[in-house]
Amino acid sequence: MTKCSCGSKTEKPKTDLTKLDSLLAEYKCLPGSLITVLQKTQDIYGYLPKDSIYAISDALTVKVAKIMGVVTFYAQFRLHPVGKHLIMLCQGTACHVNGSENVAAALEDELKIKDGETTADNLFTMENVACLGCCSMAPVMMIRTGKSSEVFGPLTPKSARQIIKNIYKAEGGVQS
Amino acid sequence: MIITVGMGSCGIAAGAQKTFDAITTLIEKENLDVTLKPVGCIGECFNEPVVEVIDDENNKHYLYAKIDGEKAEKLLKSHLHQGVPLEEYLVPQEDRAFLAKQTRIALTDCGVINPEDIAEYIEHDGFQALKHCLFDLTPEEVIEEIKISGLRGRGGAGFPTWFKWNAARQSQGDIKYMICNADEGDPGAFMDRSLLESNPHSVLEGMMIGAYAIGAAEGKIYVRAEYPLAIKRLKKAIQEEAENGYLGQHILGTDFSFRLEIKAGAGAFVCGEETALIASLEGERGMPRLKPPFPAERGYHQKPSNINNVETYANVPWILRHGGNAFAAMGTEKSKGTKVFALAGKVKKGGLVEVPMGMTIKEIIFGIGGGIKDDKEIKGVQMGGPSGGCIPKSLLNTAVDYESITKVGAIMGSGGMIVMDETTCMVDMARFFLQFTKDESCGKCVHCRIGTKRMLEILERIVNGEGKDGDIETLKSLGENIIAGSLCGLGQSAPNPVLSTIRHFEEEYRAHIEDHKCPAKKCKPLLTFSIDPEKCTACMACKKKCPVDAISGEKKKPQEIDANICIRCGNCEAVCKFGAVIVE
Repeated sequence: MTKCSCGSKTEKPKTDLTKLDSLLAEYKCLPGSLITVLQKTQDIYGYLPKDSIYAISDALTVKVAKIMGVVTFYAQFRLHPVGKHLIMLCQGTACHVNGSENVAAALEDELKIKDGETTADNLFTMENVACLGCCSMAPVMMIRTGKSSEVFGPLTPKSARQIIKNIYKAEGGVQS
Repeated sequence: MIITVGMGSCGIAAGAQKTFDAITTLIEKENLDVTLKPVGCIGECFNEPVVEVIDDENNKHYLYAKIDGEKAEKLLKSHLHQGVPLEEYLVPQEDRAFLAKQTRIALTDCGVINPEDIAEYIEHDGFQALKHCLFDLTPEEVIEEIKISGLRGRGGAGFPTWFKWNAARQSQGDIKYMICNADEGDPGAFMDRSLLESNPHSVLEGMMIGAYAIGAAEGKIYVRAEYPLAIKRLKKAIQEEAENGYLGQHILGTDFSFRLEIKAGAGAFVCGEETALIASLEGERGMPRLKPPFPAERGYHQKPSNINNVETYANVPWILRHGGNAFAAMGTEKSKGTKVFALAGKVKKGGLVEVPMGMTIKEIIFGIGGGIKDDKEIKGVQMGGPSGGCIPKSLLNTAVDYESITKVGAIMGSGGMIVMDETTCMVDMARFFLQFTKDESCGKCVHCRIGTKRMLEILERIVNGEGKDGDIETLKSLGENIIAGSLCGLGQSAPNPVLSTIRHFEEEYRAHIEDHKCPAKKCKPLLTFSIDPEKCTACMACKKKCPVDAISGEKKKPQEIDANICIRCGNCEAVCKFGAVIVE
């Protein structure tokens, strides 16, 4: 148990921090590697658990406030876990011109979540991204499941809904 | 026989991996005497997945378009078994202008060589330029050759490359850094990604030559984390180069040593600005700082550093192989050589094109890109992404060179070229870009941080039908103030999309504000849906599709839409076969 400055006892860490040991040992003496360490931590957990940030702070002797400054500056870092399927909906210029907003609206309606949110059953997280670089297939989305990802396009609101339905079906889940 | 499959990110997205696997299985199953290899992107995104059959005995090339697993089987059967090229799958005659009208320097070997095999790069004159520099030229002579070529930075600003190299060379210091900016942030541009995925060695060779010229022994490549395939191929390229003596200590037995490290960016548009990029490389928030001192004097870890864009480096080996004069022979008086553009939007044939500087925008869109999708009317083209501007139809004869593009209110930028047709609303486009820059402003300068937000709020009001008199003037004055009050390129160029659309499409802004109409019929709050009683056949298709039951009427009589209930979803218009739904 660690004591926080206000005197109350904080919860016992839930995150398995031993997974970070070798990473922190490797980068301990390398100044300027904060972003790399954060990226690798996120690779391990899928997001940046609070405990991991304290652990990184201790190991690299960088203040937590500074780490949070970096974490919140870059779009890549997440402070919350994501669903099993991460939907990255491209909002690049070519996709916008070809109607990505309608696709976004259809997905929001189908999943009942908004940009950055996760469904209650933890199956889907939706995220608007700047550009996936598949401009000639616009509008596109990438769905990442574990380590593999697949790009879908060109999308219509209807085809986007169908893709979600198919995944629900494959998961054997009931769509809310 | 050699078969190649285009395996860039976009090719893979279109299914190239499945095509590749299908061909692999067929070759194994039938024990065919064929060499199958993955190559990078040839640039014909609209024809992905692209498969090429090369008859190396007769030196004949057959380019096939849109080949999925099933088509691959038919193709192999016809072309390999019976020896007859399968006409119906070949890239159609009208698409051949796409490649024929280009001049490929940076992209020369993209889509031709296997990016994960250094032997192929060497076979295509790879590292000849590096050898020439190390054995025949002094660093000063290398810089002189780049000066003769007239090469300017391809990342956007167009700063002469030789000048930067020379400044870094003159700078005092025992440790210097050569940095590659591969943080391609413009949403709608993918030149750098494609180059790194298709021919990473050319970029690395360019960096090595630059490092030799400025006297650097260490290099960093700052790549967007969103480009995993580019990072993978770069890693492989660096490893192969080290194994073959092109990287490391005493390269090719000379005194020149160089090592390279890849740093993955973490997603911030502002990191394309060189001082912000350096801050990010050092593990900090990517915020720009005041220049001078320029990175050439004090850059990464306060040491002299040189930063160039991916495409700039990719041009360097060619220049050293063919001489600066050959490069300078192409292009215009002040803009030499070629430029790669990512052609996308409402264009028929989107993809990656490389043309000599000085070609007109019209020629690129119509001559190479084949014109506008669905044969609609072109309205304009956005160049330079969120930092650039919109060039209207009337100025399509503008030549692509740094000065001419700037003169009409846009910028060359990194090479994004988004084509817009009559259904694109210019006010909405301006709002889209402002949303992007507002999100990406690092927050350091007040004008940029708050000014972009205020501009966005005004634009949102306008597209929602709540525009007011004086909005245009306020936008202009805010824009001018942001330009004057911002430290870096992001803020200084953020108002460009708004100012250039006001300059060329002011009547569209006025239509939104004064008449509450969106001429492009894009801004939903400004639209009204009604049914033409003359055309309506009372088929009831629209009524069934209406999600809010806004459509009513007697049976077998023309229907009506209740504007108070209508949510302007457009379903009725989409389903009507008789064109009876009027949208205004």
